[in-house]
Amino acid sequence: MKSLEELKALRDQMKNKVGVREDDSNNTRVVVGMATCGIAAGARPVLAAFTNEIEKRNISNVTIAQTGCIGICQFEPVVEVYAPDGTKTTYVKMDAEKAVKVVCDHLVNGKVVTEYTIGANV
Amino acid sequence: MMQELSLNVLDVAENSVSAGASLIEVEVWEDPKADLLTILIRDNGCGMTEEQVRQVTDPFYTTRKTRKVGLGVPFFKLAAELTGGSFSITSEVGKGTETKAVFVRSSIDRMPLGDMAETMVSLIGCNPDIDFIYRYGFGEALFEADTREFREILGDVSLAEPQVRSFIREFITENMKATGETAVAEE
Repeated sequence: MKSLEELKALRDQMKNKVGVREDDSNNTRVVVGMATCGIAAGARPVLAAFTNEIEKRNISNVTIAQTGCIGICQFEPVVEVYAPDGTKTTYVKMDAEKAVKVVCDHLVNGKVVTEYTIGANV
Repeated sequence: MMQELSLNVLDVAENSVSAGASLIEVEVWEDPKADLLTILIRDNGCGMTEEQVRQVTDPFYTTRKTRKVGLGVPFFKLAAELTGGSFSITSEVGKGTETKAVFVRSSIDRMPLGDMAETMVSLIGCNPDIDFIYRYGFGEALFEADTREFREILGDVSLAEPQVRSFIREFITENMKATGETAVAEE
């Protein structure tokens, strides 16, 4: 069973890669809507898919955060991706599978997944 | 409606985050003998006035500006009351809020508890500056996870790191399972 000893080992292993900070200007921010509307529509598995995929691919310049209701409940789960230059991409009606594709195409290869954006879904 | 109780917990605990809490406690008590499942969410946030406490279970009350309904608390209350259970909120301005939902465990209308580990990881990972305590009791057996303890071990490493989130997810899942098994074995 997992014990706190394992957390110590994990810390020692990660000590060297500390340095990614919220305010790092090269950071991309992934923000998942986690209000009642988002959660009811399936935001939790979307958030989990983002963190799992980022862990699997060992991506270090991405931070994952949450926000409340942004007022477009009918499009939940909503995910906003803020690039280092400030541009925002809004993905709508997300699920875990789409989240994996956004990580691969957008976060890794810099190519917006147009078909999942709000522009393609109104 | 939410599909599982752990999603209600995630949703209602977000209110504690918005209330500016620095410590949020989430407790799940399974009591097979009394046939009850009790969920408590306690925070040291800004609290509410008596009037706000009265209004908060009303779906057409919200502090939010983006829309006119607030369904989080009403959903949680409904989920408890549907089973023949009860729901209460106690709060004091400047002190904090405690939300308590009691479910009749064997009721056909009781939603499954669901993935509490994922709920706690979502809360902890997205709010790495807030401390969380998660307690899970099954009969006499008890398990507790405390981010203050994690933080002490982690030092500079953030609770938001994906690897840390993975650890916490497995830590809670495995310990909850063991807690349930211990309790059943003792009976």
